[in-house]
Amino acid sequence: MELLNVKSVAKSYGGVIANHDVSLKVPKGKIVGIIGPNGSGKTTLFNSIVGHHPIDSGEIHFNGKEISSLTIPKIARLGMLRTFQQTHIYGKMTCVQNMQISSNIDADWKRVFNPFSKEVDEMVDELLSFVGLYKKRFLLAGDLSFGQQKLLEFAMALMKKPKILLLDEPTAGVNPTLINGLIDRLRQVNEEKGITLLVIEHNMRVIMNLAEHIYCLANGTMLADGKPEEIQNDQRVIDAYLGN
Amino acid sequence: MITNDKQNTLIWLGLAISAIVPLILPNHITVLTYIWVMIILALTWDMLGGQTGYTSFGNILFFGVGMYVCAVVQRDMFSSGLDRFERVSEVVVSLNASEYFISLAVGTFSGAIVAVILAVILGSGILGMRGHYFAICTLGLGHAAAEIASGIDYIGAGSGMVAPLYPSELLIGKEVFYYYAFLLVAVATFFLFRKIYRSQFGLALNAIRDNENKAESMGIHTTQYKIAGWTISAFFLAIAGAGVGNVIGFIDPVEIAFSGPTFGVWMIVMAILGGKGTIWGPVLGAVILYSAKETFWTYLLGWDKVALGLLILIVVVYFPKGIIGYFKDRKQLSNSILSQKGDS
Repeated sequence: MELLNVKSVAKSYGGVIANHDVSLKVPKGKIVGIIGPNGSGKTTLFNSIVGHHPIDSGEIHFNGKEISSLTIPKIARLGMLRTFQQTHIYGKMTCVQNMQISSNIDADWKRVFNPFSKEVDEMVDELLSFVGLYKKRFLLAGDLSFGQQKLLEFAMALMKKPKILLLDEPTAGVNPTLINGLIDRLRQVNEEKGITLLVIEHNMRVIMNLAEHIYCLANGTMLADGKPEEIQNDQRVIDAYLGN
Repeated sequence: MITNDKQNTLIWLGLAISAIVPLILPNHITVLTYIWVMIILALTWDMLGGQTGYTSFGNILFFGVGMYVCAVVQRDMFSSGLDRFERVSEVVVSLNASEYFISLAVGTFSGAIVAVILAVILGSGILGMRGHYFAICTLGLGHAAAEIASGIDYIGAGSGMVAPLYPSELLIGKEVFYYYAFLLVAVATFFLFRKIYRSQFGLALNAIRDNENKAESMGIHTTQYKIAGWTISAFFLAIAGAGVGNVIGFIDPVEIAFSGPTFGVWMIVMAILGGKGTIWGPVLGAVILYSAKETFWTYLLGWDKVALGLLILIVVVYFPKGIIGYFKDRKQLSNSILSQKGDS
């Protein structure tokens, strides 16, 4: 069953067509990749899916529900979260605070004025250990290195126990040693926590290893899709993106 | 680092001293009262301005609204007679002790409620705006309110209103009563705000300050939090306004109630001076700025505003994050150096 189903989505900025007739399906529990040259509309597609901007036409179904007219916080609460190409963290807050605030708060206005519960704090410790930032937990998030911030952002997303995680270039700017660790963790999250992943990635080694199904965007349209080996051998993809 | 217990001990010690100060310095009681007022103003401004990073130039609106609503309730609750509409600014209502305190309590509370309603309505309209746009939008609030108040005869229009006389038959004088009243409100505001900043709500405000887009993408309804924060500020600010109207005894729309250049600017400067975004910063800033202002006024009359300006300039240049912010940064720096040493 598809957890996320994007049907013929179009989005243009003025005269620039960022997405045209883009469709993709992300089955529950799978890892799906999106590749494409710079400016091919990958991030625009992410933005459309999470409600960052209204789409011009098309439909987006998440868990059987049409979400294209919902706001970002509402979609996030349904269980769909995204991370950003450039890290988005709360720089003047400690790692622990970054994690705490990413838990599910404010369901009840009365409880919002209480401190965070013990369960939240335990989960914070567990997830910070999981991404290897436990030792740095009391540092300001803004003082972490870029790679560490990416890990923190990833851990923050996990605090919300999302159904699906949209990762925008999770390995960009991360050093090779950390990349391997990150791939392992992404897999682990997918297998153990059952979180579906939709990943934009430029690093071919990473995405071919990670994803079970890959979509390739070019010039705002869906060029091809298939298993990693099919994509690698697809002449259109090679011409548009992979080069020789 | 000062532990919570130590901090509380210091607070109680400070409060004990504050409680007996009027007995030791009876001649300075009004100045001391105003220090508590300033603490309330700075603390309430900081909820949005410091913790959330949303600079508001319009908080004075709630101060003035509290002042006016309270004064009207005090005037009309126990007395009637339509002739007063002719020259409202000259009407002085005399109340007996119980009438005075009942109408003061009801008036203060009504003022706070009206301010809360205003904050919700205004906030829904303009708190969807981000950062500077919000700041610009709040610029005219106080001024507009002063203009509107100046046009309403019921509240004395441009000539203002007179607060009821403090009942003379009481043992406790007006100054002493308002000193302790403001002490109580300031302390209550402090403890409540400290609780809020340590809660989930407080962290949400900080998250909005650091990265509102992220907060939103993580499912936090940021506008609702901003409105709630502003509303809480408005509530306490209106209470302060209600009291100040009575302390001064005369309410002028431009010079007192919606006075942007004095109370309106001070609350911002005090929070920044002490360190915005911290609980102690506004308190410290209020004490320092108001003490400095009074000292300069006493000893440097004529040059007092220049001296005050110089003080603010020095702080902004050398302590851009305020006094508390400066020490916090140093602590954070040593923390991060320690942790790097620990890594290697």
